[in-house]
Amino acid sequence: MSQARKIVGVDVGGTFTDVFFLDESTGACTVAKVPTSKPDQSAGFLAGIKAEVADFADISTVIHGTTVATNALLEKKGAPTGIITTAGFRDTLEMRRRDRPHTWGLWGQFTPVVDRDMRLEVAERTLADGSCHTAVDPGEVEAAARQLLASGAEAVAIVFINAYANAANEQAALAAVKNVWPNDYVVTSHEILPEIREFERTSTTTLNAYLQPAIADYLRRLEGALGAENFAGEVLIVQSNGGVMSLDTACERPIRTALSGPAAGVIASAYIAGNAGFPNVITCDMGGTSFDVSLVVDGESALTTQASVDFGMVIRTPMIEMTTIGAGGGSIAWVDRGGLLQIGPESAGSDPGPVCYGAGNTRPTVTDANVVLGRINADRPIGGALERLDVDAARNAIMAAVGTPLGLDVMTAAEAIVRVANARMAGAIRLVSIERGHNPSDFVAMPFGGGGALHAGALIKDVGLKAAVVPLYPGVTSALGCTVADMRHDFVQTLNTMLDDLDTAALTVMIESFAATGHQLLAKAAVSFAGQSTVFALDMSYLGQTHTVDVTLPVDAAIDTDVIRSSFEARYRTVFGKPLSGIAIRVLNLRVAVIGHRNKLDLKLLAPKIAAGVDAQTGERAVWADGGWHQAAIYERPLLAVGATIAGPALLEQTDTTIFVDPGLSATVDQFGNLIIRQQD
Amino acid sequence: MIDPVTLAVLKGRLEQIADEMDATLFRSAFNPIIAEAHDASHGLYDATTGATLIQGKSGLPIFVGAMSFAVKAVIEKVARDGDLAPGDVYIFNDPYDGGTHLSDFKLVRPYYHDGEVFCYLASVGHWHDVGGNVPGNYNPVATECFQEGMLIPPVKLFSKGELRQDIVDILAANSRLPGSLIGDLSGQINALDLGARRLAELLSEFSAATLTTVFAELQQRAAQLMRANIAELPDGKFSVDDWLDNDGVVDEPLKIALDLTIDGDVMSLDFSRSSPACAGPVNISRSTAIASVYVAIKHIFTDVPANAGVLEPINIIIPDGTLLSVTAPKPVGGYTETILRVIDNVHRAIAEVAPERSNACAYGTINALSLAGHRSDGRRWVMFSFFGGGHGGHPEGDGLNHGNAPISTATIPPAEILEAAYPVFFKQWALRPDSGGVGHNRGGLGAIYEIELLEQDADVFLFGERGRFDPPGVVAGGAGAGNRFYYQQADGMHSPAMGSKMVGVKLLRGQHLRLETPGGGGYGQALDREPERVAEDVRLGYVSVAAAKADYAVIVAADGTLDQAATAACRKDAKA
Repeated sequence: MSQARKIVGVDVGGTFTDVFFLDESTGACTVAKVPTSKPDQSAGFLAGIKAEVADFADISTVIHGTTVATNALLEKKGAPTGIITTAGFRDTLEMRRRDRPHTWGLWGQFTPVVDRDMRLEVAERTLADGSCHTAVDPGEVEAAARQLLASGAEAVAIVFINAYANAANEQAALAAVKNVWPNDYVVTSHEILPEIREFERTSTTTLNAYLQPAIADYLRRLEGALGAENFAGEVLIVQSNGGVMSLDTACERPIRTALSGPAAGVIASAYIAGNAGFPNVITCDMGGTSFDVSLVVDGESALTTQASVDFGMVIRTPMIEMTTIGAGGGSIAWVDRGGLLQIGPESAGSDPGPVCYGAGNTRPTVTDANVVLGRINADRPIGGALERLDVDAARNAIMAAVGTPLGLDVMTAAEAIVRVANARMAGAIRLVSIERGHNPSDFVAMPFGGGGALHAGALIKDVGLKAAVVPLYPGVTSALGCTVADMRHDFVQTLNTMLDDLDTAALTVMIESFAATGHQLLAKAAVSFAGQSTVFALDMSYLGQTHTVDVTLPVDAAIDTDVIRSSFEARYRTVFGKPLSGIAIRVLNLRVAVIGHRNKLDLKLLAPKIAAGVDAQTGERAVWADGGWHQAAIYERPLLAVGATIAGPALLEQTDTTIFVDPGLSATVDQFGNLIIRQQD
Repeated sequence: MIDPVTLAVLKGRLEQIADEMDATLFRSAFNPIIAEAHDASHGLYDATTGATLIQGKSGLPIFVGAMSFAVKAVIEKVARDGDLAPGDVYIFNDPYDGGTHLSDFKLVRPYYHDGEVFCYLASVGHWHDVGGNVPGNYNPVATECFQEGMLIPPVKLFSKGELRQDIVDILAANSRLPGSLIGDLSGQINALDLGARRLAELLSEFSAATLTTVFAELQQRAAQLMRANIAELPDGKFSVDDWLDNDGVVDEPLKIALDLTIDGDVMSLDFSRSSPACAGPVNISRSTAIASVYVAIKHIFTDVPANAGVLEPINIIIPDGTLLSVTAPKPVGGYTETILRVIDNVHRAIAEVAPERSNACAYGTINALSLAGHRSDGRRWVMFSFFGGGHGGHPEGDGLNHGNAPISTATIPPAEILEAAYPVFFKQWALRPDSGGVGHNRGGLGAIYEIELLEQDADVFLFGERGRFDPPGVVAGGAGAGNRFYYQQADGMHSPAMGSKMVGVKLLRGQHLRLETPGGGGYGQALDREPERVAEDVRLGYVSVAAAKADYAVIVAADGTLDQAATAACRKDAKA
């Protein structure tokens, strides 16, 4: 056991399972990429680790990023679930916030994950001030639990109106359900989200219950399989907030993984770019169907409190904020009936994939345009499944769908596709940077995923970013991120009081209680931390406003209303400009985060150990850019030594991605092996 | 001709400016009607005609059509006065020139480039209270606009960049909620500033001539796309009559009539047979009527962009003197109800001409309910909200349960937020069984909201519709259940004499209100609905056992068990 010094990050994506290995005793890092196994991800998980590790007893920690929960939600494959709720409110889940799927068009539909006959009401009521109007009758709850059990429910969500203000009725109901039906999969809304707004709380609590049986089953199976391989270390699970949690916590709170897919990649990007001297980062994850952007400011990822997996499937839990647009490599280019060139949202995905894959799709994609422009090497397809890409088919498709309708020749049409796709990606970057009051010249773009590095150069020119930082392994960034993520536990409690009426002594007790719970969870996880920290924040607004701003409070100083007021005014100034005078201030929620800082990977270990003088150039290729052909040098990226500088136009190839250095840009390998792309002076 | 890349790129950049203006106001607004319900809109408008050039994606749909009239009103004012200068911002809420109703304040700002007006930027938002007889401004018994709120013609809020505080003081003095008003006004000013900054940045990257060309191209392409859409519909004529319950003052139904003609790539919408202007506040101005046609069209042809080109191949005929073309001082506060009916008519008429393109009517009333009173410490409180209902059945399936009105993208505040803010207690917040119009694809369900008062007393106001004329189905589908409202008094439950409109009824502590909102209309014949789908509706409690038999000729037990043989016999009888 004491020799177990290997740390393994495993990120399971839709197509590939990526694994990152760090041997703490030698400092050696390796990576592996294996196909994701379906439907049971654990087979690919084990195969990926076995690619590099012979004896699992050598592993101290496995950190796992999983999309099992996300997929279960998207495919509606959670467990049969029942809801027990306040009389008069059984339709909350189905009525949503009275929205519709699309602004334009009235054909939307919505099917909740729990059918109406599995949502039962009991006579109980708490008022908004926390007083009990009608106490819950345990006998009535027991009857409801029996009925749900008889109807085939495997999980139960108990959601009572105003339980955020007083949880007594929910606690009594929980005891009553467990009394007749001992079941690990019974959750109450005050445990999951003690926050005002019954639809959001109902949805989040219900989806947690809906996921619990399947996720617990998957994670326990994984734990067992690792144990059978003599693994005796700790398994940690990546959460949507970018932190990790223990496997036990993940079994109880699977909802916290529901939007964790992109989280590890963002954590890795923040870490890699921060080490390289760029604390402000816009991460750009370009996959087959979408382009996902997130913001890192001063090393911290921007978090959001709510997102939807699908229409009406709302999850309210802290998560890394993502802006997604439908412009991935597989996004289809087409000309609408008004004669406008459009990219997406339809996508050829990875199956059948772009026209050049020859798998049956005949509509041109962004990848097809990159192939025709010479930016993707048709003779060396990524992934290795294909021998060669069909350039002629891609050209024909582009001509038919875009060139002919717009009166353009094929090269101009292909470049138009890439430029319009770049413009859409630039729009997403503007949205998260300029529109949030940031200056883009303070930020670098970090592309990861298979396709981003082809477009990074154009994006820095288009938006005016400082540089693009292409990490060493863009294709396994998320797996690396697993190994550097901190352990994090978030708590929320609605206060809903005026600042002048706030009982700061009671608030301090509440904060200390959350912090103690968080530190206990960290202690239970049997992970060694380099340090621990706590963040306290309040959601506040002026009376009458419904949108709040998040106000971080000082950790060390005593908390009094003056401190809170001045912190609020400072934050309001940042977000909206001038604070207002003479209007009362409201405190809606308390948020506490407890963070266990994990020992950090020394990224210098990853730096290429290439002697100066090794010739990395493998040839030349004609590349179309800015309306004409250019002769671009081609380099084998892994052979580039630290300090190497390459002037565009150039193409850098590696097994998991291709990097295009546009004309007018230059690229330098930094001390960690990252490629820094900048405008030439 | 402009190159296709520049066109696509600039379209995205321009739309992003309008979207960002929307987002800024939503985040900073003080009143929930803007912040939560997104009852606001921003865009760029033509320097000489006021025509919509670019519109945000997230603004309130009805404003998308109406704002060009607001900008045009300012352009006409400037033409009369001739003193427009850089840094000016006009403000007004005149609904006859600018569309919609008095609650909607429009800010219009010229954008100068090289010494000339390049375009206008405009912002509109629904303010919480603008005076008048009823808090929240839905006064169902108004007979002149003066009873609905203050009426401000286009005046300069900023003159050469200087804020005219006297104007702000006048506005604030005329509202019950001046703090909210000033907060919203600041948000709209900030949104216009932001739009101007972003446009300046864009004009430093691209020439004014390029942008002007893009504006023209986008309009022309929208028109081209709309013509292509119309040409795909079969030629034909169809007439639809629908009715408003009453105008809140005189209890007589009011006709909204449409004669639709599709001829090649031109569509004609003739509303001439509609009732004359009425005494109460369900009149609308012509600009509002045209804006609502735009909303109806865009719900069906979702791919047309949001600019003035869309209406080019559409002839809209609304003669003077109808309730769809009124002028001052006819009351227009309840405009939402009338435009919902205009939209219903357009959707019904197109459904009969091209059933695969359209849908049955949605619930058709916003149910503006306001409760107002004073707390024990003397503070005034006003709870004002709109309520949801069912959407119509459509070719792809059943209508959405509990959706928002087609003219808006508003979400409803959660019960817990309302209970935390006001002395009320929701006894029920539920779907309304048997409210969806019958059909092969059933209408979506309306809702039941039941509210008990926790303070000593409160005045209740309701502005609703569809109390007497239920939301129609299409292609032989049935109507959704109509709107119902009940309020408790010492002697029992009552309903408003005007159906769904009522003013200033006193409610005492412990008494309650019950609002049952309409379902959507059905799509296609009820007897064509598969018995299994009816049985599923019964299992879920959407449809009662009795209604399954009476409306669908399906015999099913309460748990959803279908009696195949009895159903077959029942259907045979029903079809005979």
